Amino acid sequence: MCLGIPGEVVALLDDDVATVSVSGVEREISVSLLAGEGLAVGDWVLVHVGFALSKIDPREAELTLDQIKKLGQAYTDEIAAFKETSII
Amino acid sequence: MKYVDEFRDPAAAKELIGAIERTADKLGRTVRFMEVCGGHTHTIYRHGLEYLLPESVEFVHGPGCPVCVIPMGRVNDAVWLAQRPGVIFTTFGDMMRVPGTEGSLLQVQARGADVRFVYSPLDALKIARDNPDREVVFFAVGFETTAPSTALTLAQAAAWDVKNFYIFCNHVLINPPLRHILDTQGLQLDGFIGPGHVSTVVGSDHFQFIPAEYHLPIVVTGFEPLDVLQSVDMLLTQYAEGRCEVENQYSRVVRPGGNPEALRLMGEVFTPRETFEWRGLGEIPGSGYRLSDAYQRFDAELHFDLPAQTVADNPACQCGSVLTGQIKPWECKVFGTGCTPEHPIGTCMVSPEGACAAYYTFGRLSKEAAAAVV
Repeated sequence: MCLGIPGEVVALLDDDVATVSVSGVEREISVSLLAGEGLAVGDWVLVHVGFALSKIDPREAELTLDQIKKLGQAYTDEIAAFKETSII
Repeated sequence: MKYVDEFRDPAAAKELIGAIERTADKLGRTVRFMEVCGGHTHTIYRHGLEYLLPESVEFVHGPGCPVCVIPMGRVNDAVWLAQRPGVIFTTFGDMMRVPGTEGSLLQVQARGADVRFVYSPLDALKIARDNPDREVVFFAVGFETTAPSTALTLAQAAAWDVKNFYIFCNHVLINPPLRHILDTQGLQLDGFIGPGHVSTVVGSDHFQFIPAEYHLPIVVTGFEPLDVLQSVDMLLTQYAEGRCEVENQYSRVVRPGGNPEALRLMGEVFTPRETFEWRGLGEIPGSGYRLSDAYQRFDAELHFDLPAQTVADNPACQCGSVLTGQIKPWECKVFGTGCTPEHPIGTCMVSPEGACAAYYTFGRLSKEAAAAVV
């Protein structure tokens, strides 16, 4: 129900309608809820029941992935250090 | 798919699980985190996450599945509306199979009622404009995620002066049931995996009351496996560092203040009801929306003189205990026997986001099989 899928804006039409592409499938959706956010072709939005709910922030997505990698890296480094070092 | 695949990377998941194990070890006790949203329940089961995490981290499945919380009386009212002569009844696909006392919408459709499933409330409005001699009703369900789409559709209907379009409004709010659960005696919770898409509308700040009044952490979370795993690590880390706050893991789409335009529209089109009935939770004050006075002429409840039925839940059904995290789906006596996705007794078995349906569909994995899936 609360499913939202990322879609790429491929065309901006009149009356706050945009064409978005989700995995190559195109459909017109309403972008009224993003009025004033300066939406442009090439932006990615979260689509829910025919409406763009939110603009996806590529920089924040990158930061989240970096944090995930760092968390995992700290663990991997510790395991490597555990394996490779010795106290005697 | 961009913004999906990179958050499903199995190698990154494996390392993240290692990090979680380490933080959980430091904590040295069992923690119970409630995922509020049905979408998270679905992710957890689909990817077998609960089998991959250390045993000291437990998921409790929350009330955030809009289909699951609609009481049977409202389903009966929907079925009644669908059978009015001349009515075209439109609904999201999820609601078609929800059983009422006299059958589901799917069953009355088979008996000749004009029930059509739509992807968007705007599709329902189009059906109304294309059929000016018919009365078109849209079965509006959902939390604050979906309510703005109904609000905008109604604003559009008013602007176009559409006279044959009605809303059967069942929109609900997220905070009242959370307070209800937090006030439940004997429920042991250590934090919340916060709803991601509701938060695109209401904002992550909407949940400040949870640390402030109930002293529990909450992390607003995305819906891919890496999102949920990172969120678990963030919750554990808050404990490890002695913090208790609202954090936003899903910052690529959620802002602290939400979507101001959506909130403005909801304020214009909806008014909170004094009380609304929830499946398994009973009446919760201020937990539902009705149409505001300015939009009364679109209100199906007023236009059709709805019977407004109240029906007690089937006594064998324990959806209420599942929805408040008091029992796991498989602990319900009718799970998988009397109640299956093909023949559901309770709503948790109907929606793919319901805890019971998710567990029935994906849950029968061994720990080894789950590791292979992720």
